[in-house]
Amino acid sequence: MAEKLSYKDILFNPFSKDNPVIVQVLGICSCLAVTAKLEPAIVMGISVIAVLAFSNVIISLIRNTIPTNIRIIVQLVVVAALVIIVNQLLLAFAYDVSKQLSVFIGLIITNCILMGRLEAFAMGNKPWPSFLDGIGNGIGYAIILVIVGFFRELLGSGTLLGFQIVPLSWYTDGGYANNGLMILPPMALIVVACVIWVHRSRNKDLQEKN
Amino acid sequence: MENFNLFIRSIFVDNMVFAYFLGMCSFLAVSKNVKTAFGLGVAVTFMLVVTLPINYLLENLVLKPGALTWLSKDFADVDLSFLSLILFIAVIASMTQLVEMAVEKYSPSLYASLGIFLPLIAVNCAILGGSLFMQQRGFANVWTATCAGAGWGLGWLLAITAIAAIRERVATYSNVPGPLKGIGITFILCALMGIAFMSFLGIKL
Repeated sequence: MAEKLSYKDILFNPFSKDNPVIVQVLGICSCLAVTAKLEPAIVMGISVIAVLAFSNVIISLIRNTIPTNIRIIVQLVVVAALVIIVNQLLLAFAYDVSKQLSVFIGLIITNCILMGRLEAFAMGNKPWPSFLDGIGNGIGYAIILVIVGFFRELLGSGTLLGFQIVPLSWYTDGGYANNGLMILPPMALIVVACVIWVHRSRNKDLQEKN
Repeated sequence: MENFNLFIRSIFVDNMVFAYFLGMCSFLAVSKNVKTAFGLGVAVTFMLVVTLPINYLLENLVLKPGALTWLSKDFADVDLSFLSLILFIAVIASMTQLVEMAVEKYSPSLYASLGIFLPLIAVNCAILGGSLFMQQRGFANVWTATCAGAGWGLGWLLAITAIAAIRERVATYSNVPGPLKGIGITFILCALMGIAFMSFLGIKL
């Protein structure tokens, strides 16, 4: 980030123009695995926003004292400590969801968004912009998660957040059937690809040459 | 025999990339050409083979509830399992750093060809994922853990080499719609390969 960005840009760019998932291609793994239903997608989104914002602040505060050789270990330890806190909170207050997310809460540690933002932003900026950057990127990630989770749950199970959306009469009279493929992980990739398709056809300058 | 079955299962049925979707980020970022993809695959395999047994021992001698009884009877109900994430990641990060230094010293040419990807292995979800799955499944002994690690690593290597080969072809020969070029079409390719790999699911070993 050579040019000086205003606080507003730091916060809002990651929503669309600089989205961590579909433009920076970070944090794909968890994005695919937790989006079969909308609820875990939302919980995951919130957890990532929290961890990302606070780890950005902490790393930014100690950025001048970290020796370059061992910075990866330091960053990972900070992130891991925060993730453990989130994990224990979820176990205490949202046990069912945390069972569904299983290893993926732990995998927030290796979520590339975290390392990517810590390396690219927090290591070279003051705490307050780093905090905004963390919030912005976390929300950008959560937006994609929610979009993908929405389509996969609606088309795959006919429900949203566990409530039946597709009328039950459609199944008996109309011959409607849930698309079982939507529940399976490969479809998440295709849904993300569709999001990328729509997003890039609206933002022509993001298109790649080959 | 048991271990060999697990090894084969980990390569195909439980493939890290296509069954669990772990390690996607570097999988997508580094699969532009076959040579670097293969190099990264080898490095990931090596890391999985090394870190899984270490983390297995940590889990069983330090972290599990009552695991510290070999030190003293008083520790019988000490439960350190909440520390597992931080210890696993510390092991992985320090092993990465060690491997990086070793490769730099003994094989500068390999070091030059891997470049930035070597340190990035530390944040490859496939490696931490391997350790967490090991914890979840409670493997019988160290050898089982090593076999699973080797299988997962080879599965990842296979996947990234295959996708890199396909991408090289797609980039040269096919006419992809503008907005899907690059990363978009790669997502779809991965999805199709994932569906193909699902055909292994029925196999019981």
